[in-house]
Amino acid sequence: MAINTNIEETSPELERLKKLYADKGFVVTSINNLINWARTGSLHWMTFGLACCAVEMMHVGTPRYDVERFGAAPRASPRHADVLIVAGTLTNKMAAALRKAYDQMPEPRYVISMGSCANGGGYYHYSYSVVRGCDRIIPVDVYVPGCPPTAEGLLYGLLQLQKKIRREGNIKR
Amino acid sequence: MSEQIEMAKAAIEKNCKLNDIDVNLGQLQLSVDPVNLIQVIDFVKNDPSCEFKQITDIAGVDFPENEKRFEVIYHFLSFRFNLRLRVKTQISEVDSLPSITSIFPAANWFEREAFDMYGITFTDHPDLRRILTDYGFEGYPLRKDFPLTGNVEIRYDEIDKKIVHEPVKLQQDFRNFDIQSPWEGTKYLDKEAKESE
Repeated sequence: MAINTNIEETSPELERLKKLYADKGFVVTSINNLINWARTGSLHWMTFGLACCAVEMMHVGTPRYDVERFGAAPRASPRHADVLIVAGTLTNKMAAALRKAYDQMPEPRYVISMGSCANGGGYYHYSYSVVRGCDRIIPVDVYVPGCPPTAEGLLYGLLQLQKKIRREGNIKR
Repeated sequence: MSEQIEMAKAAIEKNCKLNDIDVNLGQLQLSVDPVNLIQVIDFVKNDPSCEFKQITDIAGVDFPENEKRFEVIYHFLSFRFNLRLRVKTQISEVDSLPSITSIFPAANWFEREAFDMYGITFTDHPDLRRILTDYGFEGYPLRKDFPLTGNVEIRYDEIDKKIVHEPVKLQQDFRNFDIQSPWEGTKYLDKEAKESE
C-alpha cells in the first residue's frame, strides 16, 4: 500500500506502534492518511465532454494511458462522481447545465478545467456565446493547459489533483 | 453530366419566373424573387428532369449597404442526376420569405437557424423560434452590426445561487488584427498593387 506519511506529523507513539506491528502483517497510520489514500485512490470523474477535449479525455480512459491504474473511472452520473472534468468550450447555454451537474455531486468534490476554452474561453474568448472560463460558473481545482491538452497532460493534471488532496485534504471541511 | 445540367436548365428556364440563371463550377445557380420562390422550389423538386429531392442547407448573407439587406441561399441536391443547385433570393429587413416547409419538411430547422442568426422571418412556418442561441437571447449574432462579443456575459452568483447575466466587461480589449481580412479589406495592398503597375 502506497501510504504517504511524509506530510503528516509523526509522533513517537506512532513510530513505536509501527515498529511493533510492521513484521506482523499490519500497517499503522493516521486516520487522515487513510482517508486521503481512499480519496485519491478512487477519483471517479464525471464526463463533461463539450468539444474536442472530450476525445483526449476518452484517450485517458483507454488501456494505453490507463487511468484506471490510479483507481479512476468515468461515471455517467454526477451523483457517482468525485471529480468533474470540464473538457471543452463552455457556452452560455450549457452553463446552467454544468452548474446543475456540479451541484448534484457529493462532497468532497473537485473540478479539473481541461483545455484553453474551459480555462479562459481560449480561441472563443471574444465570442458572444461562450463563457470566458468555466471558473465563472464553478470553482476549479486544477487547470490543464493545451488546445487540446494531450492525454498525458490530463493524466498529469489528475496526479496534481491527487497531490493537492493529499496536501490539504482532511476529514474536517 | 453536362447534358443533365443543360436539360435541367432548359426545364427550369421554360417553367419558372427567374431573374437570372447560371452554371457556375458545374452547378446550377438561380436568382428568384421571393414571390416566385415556392413555385420554383416546388418545380425543381418534382420535375422529372431536375428531381432536386434533398435540401442541403439554407444560408443567409447580410449586406447592410443593400436596400434588400439579406440574401438567402437555398442549396439542393439531386441524387438522380448527381446535380447541385443554388437558389438565391433577396429580402429587406422588414419583409418575410415564404416558408418552404410544406415542400421540404427538413427546411424547418434551417429556417429556424436563419431566423435565429439574422432575424429573417418566414411566413407559414410551423414553429419559428430560436434554435441555437441561449434561452432569452437578444439580437441576431450574424448580422454585421452585431458586436462580436455580444451584449451580455454570464457568471454564477454565489449569493443568489443562480446564473446572472451582466453587460460585457472585457479584461483585455479585442485587438483587430488586419491580416487581409476578407470583411474589412486592406487598403494598403490595393495601393501597393497600383504603385507596382
